[in-house]
Amino acid sequence: MSAVIEEHHHHGPDKGIMRWVFTTNHKDIGTLYLWFSFVMFLTAGLMALGIRAELFQPGLQIMQPELFNQLTTMHGLAMVFGAVMPAFVGLANWLVPMMIGAPDMALPRMNNYSFWILPFAFGMLISTFFMDGGAPNFGWTFYAPLSTDYAPPSVTFFIFSIHMMGISSIMGSINIIVTILNLRAPGMTLMKMPLFVWTWLITAYLLIAVMPVLAGVVTMMLMDIHFGTAFFNAGGGGDPVLFQHVFWFFGHPEVYIMILPAFGIVSAIIPTFARKRLFGYDSMVYATASIAFLSFIVWAHHMFTVGIPIAGELYFMYATLLIAVPTGVKIFNWVATMWQGSMTFETPMLFSIAFVILFSIGGFSGLMLAITPVDFQYHDTYFVVAHFHYVLVPGSIFSIMAAVYYWLPKWTGNMYDETLGKTHFWLSFIGVNITFFPQHFVGLAGMPRRIPDYALQFADWNMVSSCGAFLFGFSQVFFLFIVIKCIRGGKKATDQVWEGAHGLEWTIPSPAPYHTFTTPPKNLAEAHG
Amino acid sequence: MNRVMRMWQVGLSLLLFSNMALADWSALNLRRGVTEISRTVYDLHMLIFYICCVIGVVVFGAMIISMLLHRKSLGAVPATFHESTKLEIAWTVAPIIILLAMAIPATSTLRDMYETGDSDLDILVRGYQWKWQYTYINDDPSKEIQFMSVLSTSEEEINNRAPKGEHYLLEVDNPLVIPINKRVRFLVTAQDVIHAFWVPDFGIKKDAIPGYIHELWAVVEEPGIYRGQCAELCGIDHGFMPIVVHAVEQDEYDVWVAEQQDAAREIFETVGKTWTMDELLVKGEEVYVRNCVACHQTNGQGIPPAFPSLVGQGLSIGPIEQHIEIVLNGKSGTAMQAFGLQLNAAELAAVITYERNAWGNGMNDMVQPKEINTMMASQ
Repeated sequence: MSAVIEEHHHHGPDKGIMRWVFTTNHKDIGTLYLWFSFVMFLTAGLMALGIRAELFQPGLQIMQPELFNQLTTMHGLAMVFGAVMPAFVGLANWLVPMMIGAPDMALPRMNNYSFWILPFAFGMLISTFFMDGGAPNFGWTFYAPLSTDYAPPSVTFFIFSIHMMGISSIMGSINIIVTILNLRAPGMTLMKMPLFVWTWLITAYLLIAVMPVLAGVVTMMLMDIHFGTAFFNAGGGGDPVLFQHVFWFFGHPEVYIMILPAFGIVSAIIPTFARKRLFGYDSMVYATASIAFLSFIVWAHHMFTVGIPIAGELYFMYATLLIAVPTGVKIFNWVATMWQGSMTFETPMLFSIAFVILFSIGGFSGLMLAITPVDFQYHDTYFVVAHFHYVLVPGSIFSIMAAVYYWLPKWTGNMYDETLGKTHFWLSFIGVNITFFPQHFVGLAGMPRRIPDYALQFADWNMVSSCGAFLFGFSQVFFLFIVIKCIRGGKKATDQVWEGAHGLEWTIPSPAPYHTFTTPPKNLAEAHG
Repeated sequence: MNRVMRMWQVGLSLLLFSNMALADWSALNLRRGVTEISRTVYDLHMLIFYICCVIGVVVFGAMIISMLLHRKSLGAVPATFHESTKLEIAWTVAPIIILLAMAIPATSTLRDMYETGDSDLDILVRGYQWKWQYTYINDDPSKEIQFMSVLSTSEEEINNRAPKGEHYLLEVDNPLVIPINKRVRFLVTAQDVIHAFWVPDFGIKKDAIPGYIHELWAVVEEPGIYRGQCAELCGIDHGFMPIVVHAVEQDEYDVWVAEQQDAAREIFETVGKTWTMDELLVKGEEVYVRNCVACHQTNGQGIPPAFPSLVGQGLSIGPIEQHIEIVLNGKSGTAMQAFGLQLNAAELAAVITYERNAWGNGMNDMVQPKEINTMMASQ
């Protein structure tokens, strides 16, 4: 008996494909999540390029409105649920155990399940493109009754795949919470944890709170479509606005699920390259918790035009404005961390600084959108599209890229090519701004979102935007090349990798061995930067 | 290949700003509009924008200075401070004060917008997939003006087979007509999915939701033609259901109303009379061509299975009551719309009669507009 345990204890990864199918190793599962996320990122990105190609000029050139609506819907779903969220879960898998000095995630078998649900969920979702009536075409927000009584038959597959993604997210979150609360190394108190761990702990609670709400709303849709209920059908005594309330009660916390881990990443990278401790660690933790709390009480700011009474409109405006306070604290703390540091500008730092600046721009347009009477003009225009792409692309996605460059040497043991990394950064930075900045203009000038064709006065800026999108899109293929090149070889990384890096993950060898911290680390003096 | 080449050529030239001189720089910002509300909203928008610019200059300025001065390559030695209670309190309190400065004017503007009161004119706006119906509410039903407003841009323009006109996608067959300097109240609702009624120059937007009637109002100060679009995704042709409003002087408006009411009275009277089979068939074909051919085709054969054939099968040769029921109320879960509110009783009676007798269906029965009215009233 003891011989068997001994044998198991020392084994490395299995050989071949079965290593990945049956793995319970947090590093393997993190890698799976990250690759899956990258595949979805390119897939959903291709859909976006289809959209931008159609919008390059007025008139319908390469697709009919049916396909256009399917592409906008699937682009949103695949990016949110397939690219951004799994990427953060992948990073959590890789990093949380190494940052808190744990040997692995607390529930390794469940970790395996929660990943392997995803390829099937998305396989089913993508397969709807080939069904009669086409893929879901009602927008990623799937407002009823367009998504119920008026939906294509594939909506049932969409509902099932949302349920699967929800189960995956909930299992992943439980795992992260249990790991953080139970497997910290002795001496790693909560207020010594790196901010990435903190932001993920809070994000995981958000996920557990809201994924069941999403499951509830799609189940109500399923009942309306197949079992004769009328939750959202006014003709049957139901209420289409109820859908939006339930959806956004999930949807707004979801927005922060996609940004809080990004805050954690940037809070790790900026101190490293400024060679200076993070400014205001405690206030960063409290600000993250405040943002998470506020995210539950502002949902109707997505619905200012559905006819809420004035008292409701005012409440949701004030509550939304309040979010600017903790978010501002974070921005100021990052600037104060940079201030009087000794900075160098490697690729992760470039992405992080771009994150702070461009996320702030998205924050400014968010502030404008919070002002209810003015939101009536902005609502459902390209101004909104510009706003949420500024917080999601140079926000969440830049932070993920920063994280990949920052920890890639630890994962692979090799340094990536710095010149290529910087080139990738500048192409992405320029591309993202050319794509999304002009969308503020056409939105203010009156172009509604989700239209396949537009009036002539919007033509110039749409053309600019489309050019930027292709630049941004193609530079991500370059990213793939850089990552593969780094995996295959390159300058050997030291254990600390970066001169200014602090934290437990930098105390272990590069590349990180298959099993780390099988005995808890001793020296926690400098747990966070 | 050619298109790709052209795309890159145009794109590059745009990037090099050589084309920028041609760009319409006025199309960068919100419009001031033509109502008091729209101007207040514009001023509020600019106020918030300028506040954001100032914050941006301060924060990004500090970052840029830091990036220029505090570089390792310049020999900068990192400071050791990592917290300051005073500073942290300051940058918590300062944003709260700025937010208050934004919230106060926003609150008063919102109160003005929600100020409902007596109106000079009430217009019921109904959204359908993919057209708008306007009803000028009048206590006397014989004087009620009601019409559909549909995109008038041609398929040829949309599919690039004809040059695009100046108001491409922002033009309709029957525009909404309102008098200037009068308080016009819009009552907004929808019959199928959610739409949104939006005229940017009036500073108003509201979702049109089945089962709800929302109120909006506008006092337009300048005569002119104002254009807007449906702002909520409502299906395939969401991008093709514009709103066009003609705001005119009162006397011009009165003339228009008189004309419309004459037409309305005529319809009211025709609905009241008893029609012959031939009259119904002639009128029926006309209505069929305008409303039904897109799905059921000119020959009535439809495009099964999505759009069933009407020839020698199904409803057209079944009991007439069921036929009327489906045309009036539509069939949920399919593309068949409810035409009860879209067409008048004479048109409904005519098209149903036509479908039962055309293409060799030969049912030889008919329904009178009066009967349709009775059925509608009992629903």
